[in-house]
Amino acid sequence: MRKSWLVIRPRLLPLSFRLERRVPTVLFVLVLVTLLAIVINVGQGEYPIPPLAVLKTIVGLPTANPDYAFIVNVLRLPRTLVAFGVGVGLAISGTILQGLTRNPLADPGIIGVNAGASLAAVSLIVLFPDVPLFALPLSAFAGALVVAILIYLLAWDKGSSPIRLILVGVGIAAILGALTNLMVTFGEINSVSQALVWLAGSVYGRGWQHVGALFPWLAVFLPLSLALSMQLNTLSLGEDLARGLGARVEWQRGLLLLMSAAMAGAAVAVAGTIGFVGLMAPHLGRQLVGPNHEGLMPTAALIGGLIIVLADWLARVLFAPIELPCGAITAAVGAPYFLYLLVRNRKR
Amino acid sequence: MASESATVRGKSRGRSRLLLPVGLSLSLFILLISLVASITYGAADISFDTVYAALTDFDGSTDHLIIRTVRLPRSLIAMLVGAALGVAGVLMQGLTRNPLASPGILGVNAGAAMAVVIAVFLFGSSSLSVYAWCAFGGAGVTAITVYLLGSLGRGGLTPLNLTIAGAALTALLSSLTTAILILSQQTLDEIRFWLAGSVAGRDFTLFLQVLPYIGIGLAIAFALGKQMTTLTLGDDVAKSLGQQTLWVKLTAAVSVVLLAGSAVAAAGPIGFIGLVVPHIVRFLVGVDYRWILPYSAIFGAILLLVADITARVLISPQELPVGVMTALVGAPFFIYLARFKVRR
Repeated sequence: MRKSWLVIRPRLLPLSFRLERRVPTVLFVLVLVTLLAIVINVGQGEYPIPPLAVLKTIVGLPTANPDYAFIVNVLRLPRTLVAFGVGVGLAISGTILQGLTRNPLADPGIIGVNAGASLAAVSLIVLFPDVPLFALPLSAFAGALVVAILIYLLAWDKGSSPIRLILVGVGIAAILGALTNLMVTFGEINSVSQALVWLAGSVYGRGWQHVGALFPWLAVFLPLSLALSMQLNTLSLGEDLARGLGARVEWQRGLLLLMSAAMAGAAVAVAGTIGFVGLMAPHLGRQLVGPNHEGLMPTAALIGGLIIVLADWLARVLFAPIELPCGAITAAVGAPYFLYLLVRNRKR
Repeated sequence: MASESATVRGKSRGRSRLLLPVGLSLSLFILLISLVASITYGAADISFDTVYAALTDFDGSTDHLIIRTVRLPRSLIAMLVGAALGVAGVLMQGLTRNPLASPGILGVNAGAAMAVVIAVFLFGSSSLSVYAWCAFGGAGVTAITVYLLGSLGRGGLTPLNLTIAGAALTALLSSLTTAILILSQQTLDEIRFWLAGSVAGRDFTLFLQVLPYIGIGLAIAFALGKQMTTLTLGDDVAKSLGQQTLWVKLTAAVSVVLLAGSAVAAAGPIGFIGLVVPHIVRFLVGVDYRWILPYSAIFGAILLLVADITARVLISPQELPVGVMTALVGAPFFIYLARFKVRR
């Protein structure tokens, strides 16, 4: 039994990770698969590029065709990176929410966190069409955070309850949806059209500036949420048990909610609302490495990234030359998966 | 405890003999006032006498034309749609025994809306009869799906399972709707005001077109009053009292689909009327569906008329889509219910 765990305890940091033995292998395989998916996604399209040439171009080696450098480095690579980063953000956000609410069906899209980010960003697009790009993640994060706090406060009744969190979230999402509708109805048709493309969840036309807007957020909040994943283990045992184990429940819950909002907000800000990724990734991750959050968090993050990279690839290839928003693909896959989860839940 | 419940029962019986009919006529009176107010207030300033004259003694002047072709149909449709949504909400809450059920929350409106958007996209049609049939289809399919999804979850049809199933389905449907709207800006421009939920610019033929559907839906609902009351005792009790619960549920579901579908077809997805009205009515009337159903129809109509007047007056001469108004008022109420009325 002792051999099945891997304990990492850095001397300098007050942290410890206890991973299952299989986690590093799973992570390694996932990284390989993700890299492969990225190369495929970059290589395929209107103008196909062989995989080897893609690799060479990314590393900076000269290739047979000088056009490759432009297509790979300017058009496709940043877009694919954004897709990956967005997936990581949504997956972490979903993992945290599912752990916190102890509900396997929680997802930043279902409880209004994404709706808050959307409203903030749509208002920005519609009311101030000339606003610079880096402001979008900020406003989306602010929107997501305000909504997360609001949900938390409104669900507060001598302590917060997971069920009330979800129901209140659905109610808040309805209000925000109405306000977003208001923006869409009264905005000038061109900016509304742009806002709608953004709302459907797509990484179309994303460039390095979007990578620059997204990755700082990931760089800050990804390590933080990994560090907090141990607390998530305690919290997901239930409130009484967590308190009995000495966890500062409300404080930790608040902190984790903040992480979740930050990740969802940053992801929504660059790619709009891509649904069901935050729902699917943690479940797939759990099937691979089990429910222990220290191993689950990085696994789910990689899976989330992989899902969106693949969805984006499908969205581009499926009806080429027409391009679907990849949010439509994830929704089309995610909704049946959601149904499957509901059915499987009943059997247990 | 026993004596307390006895007095409650006595009180409610006294209530039903005397107060309920009086209350019904009172609320009908309020409905009439709201209707008149809805016809009288608006962007153009028209006096009450002129309104009366336009209805009784039409002379073809601009004011009379406004009243007859713009305001009257709009108010009548608001009334009809409100009544339909109110009754649909009551039936849904009764069927699922869930205080949070309503066409908007459970995704029925979203389903109907998506069906209509698909129809406009594929056929470019804007005729109401196409709208209506698509909306019925969408509403029906979504209602069945949500019900199945909700009952598949752990613990059966709990408010949480049903609400989450509805929310997830709404998310799916609206993302697909958005995808369609992206593909065609023409559809978007044609339909975006409708999508937000509005009774503006509806004419009299539309009223006549939805009237039969909503009429049938309401008639079915009212006929089910007694059975619905029995059903609230629970499936087992209702069965042992000799009720064929499956048939009652199916008939009620047909009525819900007719009512919600035609309401969406006529006015777009207007949320929260179906959520709020049943709670107000049950608070006032009690548990007898023979009274709850007609009260809900009247209260729904009043609520939508008032919301429409407010939506027009608030930022006149511009106007808000009434669906936004109802969501802004109704969603806080939903949160209140989620906090205090849902117990596990």
